[in-house]
Amino acid sequence: MTPVEVAQRKFERVNEIIEEHGREQSALIPILQEVQAEYRYLPEEILTYIATAMGLSVATVFGVATFYAQFSLEPKGKYVVRVCDGTACHVRHSMPVYNAIRSKLGLKDGKYTTPDMMFTVETVACLGACGVAPAMVINGEVYGKMTPEAACMIIDTLLNRDGDN
Amino acid sequence: METAKKTGMTIGSRDELKAYAAKVRAEMAAQKKRVLVCTGPGCLANGAEKILDAFRSHSIEAVGATRTGCHGFCEVGPLVRIEPDDVVYVRVKPEDVAEIVEETLRKGKVVERLVYRDPDTGRTYPKESDIPFYASQTKVALSNCGAINPDDIGEYIARDGYQALARAVLDLSPDEAIEEVLESGLRGRGGGGFPTGRKWMFARQAKGDQKYVVCNADEGDPGAFMDRCIMEGDPHSVLEGLAIAASAIGADRGYIYVRAEYPLAVARMKNAVKQAKECGLLGANIFGSDFSFDVTIKEGAGAFVCGEETALLASIEGKRGMPRPRPPFPANEGLFGKPTIINNVETLATVPAIIRRGPAWFRAIGAESSPGTKTFAVTGQVANTGLVEVPMGATLRDVVFKIGGGVIGGKKFKAAQIGGPSGGCLPEELLDTPLDYDSLKKAGAMVGSGGLVILDEGTCMVEVARFFMHFTQRESCGKCVPCREGTKRMLEIMEKIVAGRATLEDLDTLEQIAWVVKESSLCALGKTAPNPVLTTLKYFRDEYLAHIVDKKCPAGVCTAFKSYVIHPELCKGCGKCRRTCPAEAITGETKHPHVIDAAKCLKCGACVEACAFGAISLE
Repeated sequence: MTPVEVAQRKFERVNEIIEEHGREQSALIPILQEVQAEYRYLPEEILTYIATAMGLSVATVFGVATFYAQFSLEPKGKYVVRVCDGTACHVRHSMPVYNAIRSKLGLKDGKYTTPDMMFTVETVACLGACGVAPAMVINGEVYGKMTPEAACMIIDTLLNRDGDN
Repeated sequence: METAKKTGMTIGSRDELKAYAAKVRAEMAAQKKRVLVCTGPGCLANGAEKILDAFRSHSIEAVGATRTGCHGFCEVGPLVRIEPDDVVYVRVKPEDVAEIVEETLRKGKVVERLVYRDPDTGRTYPKESDIPFYASQTKVALSNCGAINPDDIGEYIARDGYQALARAVLDLSPDEAIEEVLESGLRGRGGGGFPTGRKWMFARQAKGDQKYVVCNADEGDPGAFMDRCIMEGDPHSVLEGLAIAASAIGADRGYIYVRAEYPLAVARMKNAVKQAKECGLLGANIFGSDFSFDVTIKEGAGAFVCGEETALLASIEGKRGMPRPRPPFPANEGLFGKPTIINNVETLATVPAIIRRGPAWFRAIGAESSPGTKTFAVTGQVANTGLVEVPMGATLRDVVFKIGGGVIGGKKFKAAQIGGPSGGCLPEELLDTPLDYDSLKKAGAMVGSGGLVILDEGTCMVEVARFFMHFTQRESCGKCVPCREGTKRMLEIMEKIVAGRATLEDLDTLEQIAWVVKESSLCALGKTAPNPVLTTLKYFRDEYLAHIVDKKCPAGVCTAFKSYVIHPELCKGCGKCRRTCPAEAITGETKHPHVIDAAKCLKCGACVEACAFGAISLE
């Protein structure tokens, strides 16, 4: 495919999503959610496109996209590791788990995604899995009763799995 | 996977509802035993689905295995209960299933090694209802959680489901339904504690051709998971409550706003809506009446402030989730400018029981000013982590010690953090505080959504307050100045305190700002954000003073007061740490023990990682 064809296909899918939800402003968040599920982030040109297609100002769409924690304007890694830092997990020592994963993946300062786009490591306020605190979730799968060592082993497993491919 | 079991029938009248309930009950009675596998959040993370698969791989006549919502006792999960014997097995693994099938399901014997054993007394409890954790609970909102398959509307109907809606629609006028809720004394379970019936009355009286009902399922308090469990374990109770609310205020459209972090709750609620529509319990002319009602599930996008009702409405409208000043209250001008009521999940799940059993029954449970029950998510440094439901007015001591089994690992109880970032930390002296809206408010905390985090003696209360300040500062939407700027300044001071750089003057400033934020913020997020700081200042002031004056963290948590030390007996003098240290704080000759200059040390921890002999530690 030529770059133009790629771009066309990209907007075709966005069009389908918009058609499905309608052009009312109340559909904006579901549309952004579905677009993000498709691309793993919200590319800037698509946000502008959505604004035009829905008859909203670009500022309105950017305002919404940047307000909610779920939306990301930057690409995320293949594996999104979210370490729960809710109260229950915090008092059962979630931060050492988070720091161990970050240091294992060499993430420093303001970096949350590895340069090879394999891992994004974030904290999340509460997963509601307090019964197995401290918890973390990787692409929707919940891991309970984490320790820094156990978390690093899980990361190793994922690294090996991808290394084999 | 057996989801979305089709009822294959329409329920157009009360008689049809009753006939269907009788049919499902007969089907269930034909099963000699039912295996209920808990798939609550905790058990799910511990492999509950594999256990269910293992049960289903054995086919035994007249035995049904089903997934259920949370059984509550997360600490000892995954849990498996066998009915009608009421036998419960704890910490079950897939490889235990064959034995359970052989012994319990075929021979009717109890597998002793899988039974709950009280760690203090050593006594074993084969029956769920005898276990101390369950014995002092009263279940209303959670009565179906763990007892039914949440993906099967039939099982809900078999347990008198949708009969309250039939009564509300067919027997009661809207005013009579509101009167019953008012009389029951039910107050909002989401935190505020506003009388539910009053809210409904305002919306009923509001003028407008279009009205809405909204279920607030944006359970954002860290450490709270009761709404999640209700939606995942008994989604139809929420739907039924919402439909009753709609018929009472004259709304024909409802929204359920679920937070994005709960994908399973979203799926279960969507499935419940689909099933209810299929059999005519949602849609046009419910029970042949002129009441029509449709429900849409909306997913949040990760903003704590959307738990505030006006912010939640803005989010449903597709805007940034920012609150607006009230009045006008949503009951008059809510969603899309129309009269709207917003009720929390647990509140709505309680409504059907009230309409079915009457307000007097409900009033008889709980405290005078706060009738009924309340669910709490008991977590933190507690022996029995889990989801519990007790009559309002039960004391904190009952919940922490009788049900929660006390502090884990034999440590001393220090505080209970109740109500999440809006609540407070209650010390040991207040253990006899009754858990009701008014008593907790008097103590400076609040019921909130019901998160109850137990903290032991190893917890630094100042650090906990900083943790909450960090949370609310990050979640402040930025619309009003007191909250946006105030939480930021408060967090800065909290960070100074835990870093050992604060003065007594900072403490005064902290308290002063806290009151300004509390008094003048636009919404409940800001108004309650200072609570964790204010309650710790009130009950644990000495810890603040220790950090500021003595430069000590009494709990030994805050790293600023610790320093890295090289243990000379373990140090080989290789010099790796010396070369790694970015601050050149480490000195020493090769093959001789090195030392760290505390004044130069940045406490970055690089030396600990560099040392191959484990000779460096933080003390």
